[in-house]
Amino acid sequence: MTPGKVATGTGTAGTGTAGGRLLRLMPGLTLWLLAVPVLAGFAGTLAPAFGFDPLSGTGPGLAAFTTLAQWPGLRAAAWLSVTSGVGSTLLALLISLGVVATLIGRPGFATVQRLLSPLLSVPHAAAALGLAFLIAPSGWTARALSPWATGWMQPPDLLILNDPAGLALTLGLVAKETPFLLLMILAALPQTDARQRMTVAASLGYGRLAGFALTVLPALYAQLRLPVYAVLAYAMTAVEMAMILGPTLPPSLSVQVVTWATEPNLAHRGTAAAAALLQVVLVVGVLGLWRMGEMGVRRLVRHAARSGWRAARVDATLQPVLLGLALTPALALAAGLAGLSVWSVAGLWSFPDAWPEDLTLATWTRAAPGLWQASITSLTLALTATLAALVLALACLEAEHRFGLNPQAWVLWLLYLPLIVPQVAFLPGLQMLALSTGAIGGWAAVAAVHGVFVLPYVFLSVSAPYRAWDDRIAVQGAALGASAARVFWRLRLPMLLTPVLTAAAVGMAVSVGQYLPTLLIGGGRVETLTTEAVALSSGGNRRVIGAYALLQMALPAIAFGIALALPRLIYAKRRGMGVV
Amino acid sequence: MPLTRRQFAALAGASLLTSHAMAQDVTQDWEAVAQAARGQTVYWHAWGGDPKINDFIAFIGDQAQARYGVTLKHVKLADTADAVARVLAERDAGQITGGAVDLIWINGDNFAAMKAQGLLHGPFAERLPNWPLVDILGKPATVTDFTLPTEGYESPWAMAQLVFEYDSARLPTPPADLAGLKAFILANPGRFTYPQPPDYLGVTFLKQVMYGVMADPAILQSPSDPAAYDAAIAPLWAFLDDIHPSLWRSAKAFPANEPALGQLLADAEIDIAFAFNPGRASAEIAAGTLPDTVRTFVLDGGTLGNASFVAIPFNAAHRAGALVIADLILDPAVQAHAQDPAVLGFQTVLNLAALTPDDRARFDALSLGVATLPPAELGPALLEPHASWVTRIAEDWVARYGTAQ
Repeated sequence: MTPGKVATGTGTAGTGTAGGRLLRLMPGLTLWLLAVPVLAGFAGTLAPAFGFDPLSGTGPGLAAFTTLAQWPGLRAAAWLSVTSGVGSTLLALLISLGVVATLIGRPGFATVQRLLSPLLSVPHAAAALGLAFLIAPSGWTARALSPWATGWMQPPDLLILNDPAGLALTLGLVAKETPFLLLMILAALPQTDARQRMTVAASLGYGRLAGFALTVLPALYAQLRLPVYAVLAYAMTAVEMAMILGPTLPPSLSVQVVTWATEPNLAHRGTAAAAALLQVVLVVGVLGLWRMGEMGVRRLVRHAARSGWRAARVDATLQPVLLGLALTPALALAAGLAGLSVWSVAGLWSFPDAWPEDLTLATWTRAAPGLWQASITSLTLALTATLAALVLALACLEAEHRFGLNPQAWVLWLLYLPLIVPQVAFLPGLQMLALSTGAIGGWAAVAAVHGVFVLPYVFLSVSAPYRAWDDRIAVQGAALGASAARVFWRLRLPMLLTPVLTAAAVGMAVSVGQYLPTLLIGGGRVETLTTEAVALSSGGNRRVIGAYALLQMALPAIAFGIALALPRLIYAKRRGMGVV
Repeated sequence: MPLTRRQFAALAGASLLTSHAMAQDVTQDWEAVAQAARGQTVYWHAWGGDPKINDFIAFIGDQAQARYGVTLKHVKLADTADAVARVLAERDAGQITGGAVDLIWINGDNFAAMKAQGLLHGPFAERLPNWPLVDILGKPATVTDFTLPTEGYESPWAMAQLVFEYDSARLPTPPADLAGLKAFILANPGRFTYPQPPDYLGVTFLKQVMYGVMADPAILQSPSDPAAYDAAIAPLWAFLDDIHPSLWRSAKAFPANEPALGQLLADAEIDIAFAFNPGRASAEIAAGTLPDTVRTFVLDGGTLGNASFVAIPFNAAHRAGALVIADLILDPAVQAHAQDPAVLGFQTVLNLAALTPDDRARFDALSLGVATLPPAELGPALLEPHASWVTRIAEDWVARYGTAQ
C-alpha cells in the first residue's frame, strides 16, 4: 500500500446520521443527474449517424458512413486532428513540467503564478485571432518590420497562417494549454511533498531537472493524468482554434463536422454525426496510445532511477531552453491580446503602418451599454453551475472516501463523454430532451446544461488532489475525537483550498465560455456575454472582437485570480500550506 | 357556353365588390393584427456579425415600440442554421405553438430547406399593407428566391447585387469583364481569391464565372441535365485550373466567408474583393475601417443579384408582432434609413415610382456614398441558377480542390 493511504471505514460506517445517509446517495444521484443528459446527447449523435433521422431521406443504414468515407479529405483531416492534438499536448506538458522543475523554490515561481490568471482567461477564439494577427503576413510583426526592414509595401504571399501541416494551430493550442496544465500542476503540487523530495534528490547529487523527473513527477503525474486527458481531448476536438489558425484544405475533422452540421440544406446532418462518432473513436484511440506511452515513460523513469544517472550538468543547457520555450507561447498570447486591444480602439489601420492612423472609442461606446445585463446573466449562470458541480463532485469524493466505494471505469467514460463528443453533434439530442420535457427557454434549463459541461472539468480538477491528500491527518483528527464530518470541514477542505478554488475557477471559465448550449437550450431568451461575442465575432471585425475579448476575460480572470491568490493570503503564516 | 353581356357585367361587378371587400378585409385584418401585436415581444433571429446591421435592427425596434407598442429583441446568431435547427427540433418534439423563434432573416438555401420541411408560416407577405410598394416587376428577385418562388412565405427587405471592390490607390484601372479579371489574376499572382465553397459567397463567384464562360448561360435557369452536365460545366473547371496557381496563397488556403474576404482587402493582402452589398464599401469607409480610395465595379454583362428576406416560423409565439415587424421593414422611412451609406447602404426593395412625393424625396436626398455605383451603372442583375446546378458545382468543387495536394 502506498504511504499516506490508510484503509478507511467499511461500507456502512458513518451512515448512522441523516447527513451520512444523504452522502451515501450522492454518487448515485450525481450519476443519474449526469447520465440522463449525457446519454440523451449521445443518442442524439448516434441516431442521425445511423440514418434514424426524418431528414436523411434514406432510412436506417450506413449511408452516412459511406458518404463520410467518400470525402476525399477524410484521411488528412483525421491525421491533422491526431498530430496537432498529440503534438500540442506533449509540448505543453513538457513545457509546464519544465517550468515547474526549473522555478520551484525560486522567486520566479510566484511571478509565474501571478501571470497565469490573465493567460487562462483569454477566450479561445480571441486567443486564436490575436495569434493570427501576430503571425499573418499582414499582421503586427510584419507591420512593425515593414517597410524599413523588409521592404514590403504590401504583404507577401506566404502560407504561414492556415499552413497545411497545422503548425500555426499547434502553436495556438500550446499557448492555451500550457497555462491550464500549469494551473493543474500548482493545484496538485502540495500533495506531493515536492520540496522535501527535491531536497533529498539534490543532496544525493542529482541535477534539478533529473531530481524533479525522478522524485516528484511520479507522484505528480498520478494527479495530472485526468487533466492531461482532458487537454488531449480538447486539442483534438478544438473548433474555433482550428477554424482560425488551422488548414482549410481540408480543415480538421471537428471543423468539418460543424460545416456539415450547419449546412443550410440540412442534407449532411447524418454525415456530421458519423464524423462526430469517428472523432470520438479517434480520441479514444489516441488516449489509449497515450496510456501506453505513459507506461513506457514510467519504465524509463524507473530504469533511470536505478541506474544512478545524475544528469547534473544537463541543467545548465536545458533550463534556459525550457524557459525560453515556455516564454514563447506566453509572449505570443500576450502580444496577440495586446494587438486585439489596440484594434479595439483603432480607427483606420492599414498595412504597413505599425500603429493605427487614429484612435477612437467608438467600438467601446457601442459595445459597452446593454452588456451589463448579459454580464450579470453570465455571472449568475456560472456561479450556479459551478457551485452545483462543486457540491456534487466533493460529495461524491467524500462518499467514495468514507464508504470505500470504487468508481467503475464506465463512470469515468460517462464523465468524459461531454468533453470528447463535438458539441455541435452532442447538443441536438440534448435539445430534444429539453424540448420534450418542456424544460427549455428558461434560465434554469441553461444553468442545468452548463452544469453538464462544467461537472467533468470540476471533477477532474479536484478529484486527484482530493484522493492524494494524506489520510494520516484524518486518522490524527479521529484520534483527537473529531467525527468524519468534522474532519471533512475542518481538515480536508481547508487543506485542499487551492484545488477546490482552482476547480471552481475552471468551472466558471468553462460556463462563461459556453455558446451553443446557451443558444440552443435557451432558445435565444438567455443572452450572455459569450452569445453576444460569438455572434459579433462571426463578422470578423477585429475591433469588435478585441473589445469583446477584453470584456469576456474579466469574469474568468477574477475567478482565477482568487483561486491563485486567496490560499496564499489565508495561509500566509502557515509554511506547510505553501505551494513552495 | 359563352357568357351573355348581362352575366359578364354581373360577374365583373361582383368581383370588383369582392376585391374591394377583400381589400377592406385586409385593412380590417391588419387592424386586428396590430391590435394583437401591441405589447408583444418579438424575437428576431438574425446574423449578428455586423455592428451596423445590429444598430439598424435596434432602430427598427425603436420604431416598432413608438408606432405599434411592439418590443423587438434581436437574437444575434453566428449562423442562420442555428435558428433553423431550433425550429426543426421544436417541430420534431411536437411543439407546434409557442416557438422560440418569431422572425428569421433568411434567404436562399435556408429558405428552401425550411419551406420544403413545412417549417414556415404563410403565405403572409402579400397581405402586408406595404406590399404594394415592393418593386415586384423591376426587381424579380423580391418574389423569386434562388429560382424558388417565395409564394408569400417570406417578405423581402434588402436588394443585393454582387459588386467587386478594389483600392484605387493600388489598382488604378480595374478589369471590365471576366476575361479581364483572369488577365489581372495571372499578371498579379497572390492578389485575388474567393471564399471557400460551399460558402455562399464562394459559390456565388463560381456561378458568376459560369455566366461568363458558358456558351449558353440560359440553360442555368432549368434543372441540370445529368447527361450533358459534365460537358456544360467543363469551361468552369478549365477557368479555375488556369487561375488557381496565381491565386492568393496559390489556392492552398481560402478565406472562410464574406467577412474574411473583406478583411483581406482591408489588410492589403488582396487587391480585389467582392460582396453582395453595393453599399458595403461606402459604409465601411464611413465607419473608418477601409481607406477612402476604395471603389466598386461590376463586370460587363451583369452580376448576380438576389434579395434578403424575413420569414416567420410555423410555430412562432408572437406571430402578430412578427407580421408588424415585417411590414415595418417595408416602410419607406425605414427603407430609406437602410439605404443611407452612413447607416448600412442596403439597396431598397421598394418601387420608387410608387411612393408618395415625400417618401420619394427621402430617397433622392440620400447621397450614394463615395464608393457606390449609381443604379444605372450597376448593370443588369443576373438571375440565380437553378438549385440543382448549385448543389452539384459545390460538391464537385470540394471533390476537385478540397484537398491541397
